[in-house]
Amino acid sequence: MTILEDRPSNPAAGDHDRPIGHGRMQRKEDPRFVRGKGHYVDDIVLPGMLHGAILRAPVAHARLVSIDTTEALAHPKVLAVITGSDLQALGLAWAPTLSMDIQAVLVTDKVRFQGQEVAFVVAEDRYAARDALELIQVEYDVLSPVVDARKAMDPDAPIIRDDLEGRTDNHIFDWEAGNKAETDAVFASADVVVKQEIVYPRVHPAPMETCGAVADFDAVEGRLTLYETTQAPHAHRTLFAMVSGIPEHKIRVVSPDIGGGFGNKVGIYPGYILAVVGSIVTGKPVKWVEDRSENLMSTSFARDYIMQGEIAATRDGKILALRTNVLADHGAFNATAQPTKYPAGFFHIFTGSYDLAAAHCTVTGVYTNKAPGGVAYACSFRVTEAVYLVERMVDILARKLEMDPAELRLKNFIKKEQFPYPNKTGWEYDSGDYEPTMRLSMKMAGYDELRREQKEKRERGELMGIGISFFTETVGAGPRKDMDILGLGMADGAELRIHPTGKAVVRISVQSQGQGHETTFAQIVAEEIGIPPEDIDVVHGDTDQTPFGLGTYGSRSTPVSGAAVALVARKVREKARFIAAAMLETRPEDLEWEKGRWFVKGDPSVGKTIAEIAMGAHGTVALPEGIDGNLDAEVTYDPPNLTFPFGAYICVVDVDPGTGHVKVRRFIAVDDCGTRINPMIIEGQIHGGLTDGVGMALMEFIEFDAEGNCLGGSFMDYLIPTAMEVPDWETGFTVTPSPHHPIGAKGVGESATVGSPPAVVNAVVDALSPFGVVHMDMPCTPARVWEAMQGRTRPPV
Amino acid sequence: MQISMTINGTDVTREIEPRVLLVHFIRDDLRLTGTHWGCDTTNCGTCVVLMDGQPVKSCTVLAAMADGHTITTVEGLANGATLDPVQQGFMEEHGLQCGFCTPGMMLTARALLDHNPHPEPLEIREAISGQICRCTGYATIVRSIQWAAAHPAGANAETSPSESTEHEVRA
Repeated sequence: MTILEDRPSNPAAGDHDRPIGHGRMQRKEDPRFVRGKGHYVDDIVLPGMLHGAILRAPVAHARLVSIDTTEALAHPKVLAVITGSDLQALGLAWAPTLSMDIQAVLVTDKVRFQGQEVAFVVAEDRYAARDALELIQVEYDVLSPVVDARKAMDPDAPIIRDDLEGRTDNHIFDWEAGNKAETDAVFASADVVVKQEIVYPRVHPAPMETCGAVADFDAVEGRLTLYETTQAPHAHRTLFAMVSGIPEHKIRVVSPDIGGGFGNKVGIYPGYILAVVGSIVTGKPVKWVEDRSENLMSTSFARDYIMQGEIAATRDGKILALRTNVLADHGAFNATAQPTKYPAGFFHIFTGSYDLAAAHCTVTGVYTNKAPGGVAYACSFRVTEAVYLVERMVDILARKLEMDPAELRLKNFIKKEQFPYPNKTGWEYDSGDYEPTMRLSMKMAGYDELRREQKEKRERGELMGIGISFFTETVGAGPRKDMDILGLGMADGAELRIHPTGKAVVRISVQSQGQGHETTFAQIVAEEIGIPPEDIDVVHGDTDQTPFGLGTYGSRSTPVSGAAVALVARKVREKARFIAAAMLETRPEDLEWEKGRWFVKGDPSVGKTIAEIAMGAHGTVALPEGIDGNLDAEVTYDPPNLTFPFGAYICVVDVDPGTGHVKVRRFIAVDDCGTRINPMIIEGQIHGGLTDGVGMALMEFIEFDAEGNCLGGSFMDYLIPTAMEVPDWETGFTVTPSPHHPIGAKGVGESATVGSPPAVVNAVVDALSPFGVVHMDMPCTPARVWEAMQGRTRPPV
Repeated sequence: MQISMTINGTDVTREIEPRVLLVHFIRDDLRLTGTHWGCDTTNCGTCVVLMDGQPVKSCTVLAAMADGHTITTVEGLANGATLDPVQQGFMEEHGLQCGFCTPGMMLTARALLDHNPHPEPLEIREAISGQICRCTGYATIVRSIQWAAAHPAGANAETSPSESTEHEVRA
């Protein structure tokens, strides 16, 4: 693919319209990965290490009558079997979730979802640990489960959380945003109102590496080292201190290479805690690594939102207002990781990319007998659900008005001059210029030609669909005053140290799960300081070696930690100015910066490079008052606002009229993530997200039967796109920098996951429109598409 | 029971339990941790190794079944300090992100190129269709393997700058 026009997409962006710090460069982490020298949790072997395995509940809802561990304990290779009552004695049977609820570590009273943790075996090897699970005898008194969230609030629904004192129902929270009266008034007088129930079914992030931990408790020092698959090592350490009573300074959390996260590795799972307990009990290191079924059945899912959408407009296609009531299925424990103020995350971004007169949403969270969570799968600050809702509703409106969906969007976009744009639910969109992005996607797609082709094919009875989605994301949480996890404000730290020889180390609080932090963060420092990226080491994933911060999720790394890194580099640069002045025996204000060196204004030949200044800082030159003898700095960055990346996606599908099989023929994605650092990495992030989106739209789905049995508990049932199900992605970009981010970057990790599902579903529904189909819920499997063609659309559950 | 095999050119003989899977034998007994494990059902392909030059999912092969065979893992792909063109291709074309599926993908790619030095994109997609990558969306893996096909002797030098492959369209 060639560059269409070699000019800045946004003239106001000026210098921002180019990549940062060497642009496209190979990743610094790749040499170890291609040699098989990545270092993941399951690769860790410590002397004397034992292996843990978890016995899980076979039913969704049941009283625990008895557990007999005698036979398991008699197994020659078994060292310990831990049950709920053992944990109760230690005060560890329940742990706080990241959403102010509690979660059972091991069942003490009642099983609340299928796959829940019942007992933990510690044995000499992983095979023996699994063998011993079969020797544990458990008696259950099976209860009727709550599977359908719609029935969770029925008066006769079983009470799932009877562990919580005074509970008389399965209600978790009610939350709203926007102005109801104003919105209702707009709806009452609108020419056109369209309603649709839209279900975003339960899906799973399913990273290729499952979750696991190696816990190593040193009883003499009272010190815990925990190697863990976590996206947020510092938050985990604080939580472990709170749960275990081990003081925080005696806990070290190490997150080595992580084999994909996608939110799955934000939560604190019972297995992690059990590995710690196992190590304390046996006095040896204990490894616990879950299998794929455990991962799919018990760890954090995403979505599960039942949304009643309504959109109001004038007859000529001016969108006026949006409103929705959402029923949110949170499973058996409220284990999302939402800020305290926002139990439905950032769902109130559901106003999308459009200039509305009014908007209102309500979200009600309920308990069901399903696995807990909801944090996972980019982006479960509920932006994915919000974008899906608005982009489906706009398409349904376009159909009602008999308008082209691209034209309807173009007519209603927030205009460039309206930014920063206060939307009707309390956000301030930082920057945007939507129309050029939309136009570029249409140009790349050959939109008019596609519509002509579609018309011809329809006349021949062929089913071709074209789907559009235009999304606005909200990523990079805090500010810390508004956003927290368990009271920990969403800020991130960075420390930069320039060694005497001019090489550098930058330590960051976020944790890569494949995003390439070791490369991009070095590139940011390179841009600011002028040291080549290969001379900058990026340290992350070890609480003993990095500053505090809340970690990587919700596309936070570049908006928050990237800003911290840029600012800490500028702090070092400013310090270098004072040291250079001392070395040159001049005044700091007489010096001027060019990348990599300070020189005397008017005499560029007299100056000092960063390497020379670093050596000077550690040398014998007399330093000015207040400047200590190093070239180091640290910063904790509290973002003033979130960033609002956006993009225009066009999907082309062909549906087999005989089988209902959907083939994604083309997918065009134009993203605007503000200033770009490494275009190669950005493109990779987008490709991955698009694949997630195609997966959710067409095949991924965690389903349950009436008894609460999980029907998506293996990769034979939970289908993920392979290379055969996705097209060769066509990507493009525009650049609209964030005005408040130090380098204008916005974050991109989740954009494509957020933006692509509505494009695919809009394309499928468009293909099926000759059958009168106005909406169908994901996943658009062949069976469900075929049913929709027969006039029988149905929700996925 | 006792088994013997050639792994990455080295003969090994070990006592094992008959039920031990090849993936666990490679990872736990031989400590070659570049071969990964990602599912229980032969679906994900992170455990792919070459057995007598053919890709196999080592979670579905008993170590005992590999007795007398030749196994290549990711650790055996490079020739000393010289990377296989497939390994270079994955770095050049961003064929990996988290790195977890990468060893299996590269071994399948090596087997493909050994049999078909100039595969079409669809042939590449078919070859890797038994393996799941959650990060890349596959297009860059296809490009990586195409790079390897186009550079059978690898890059001229390890320090050669990456080709400025531009895949994105700008406004």
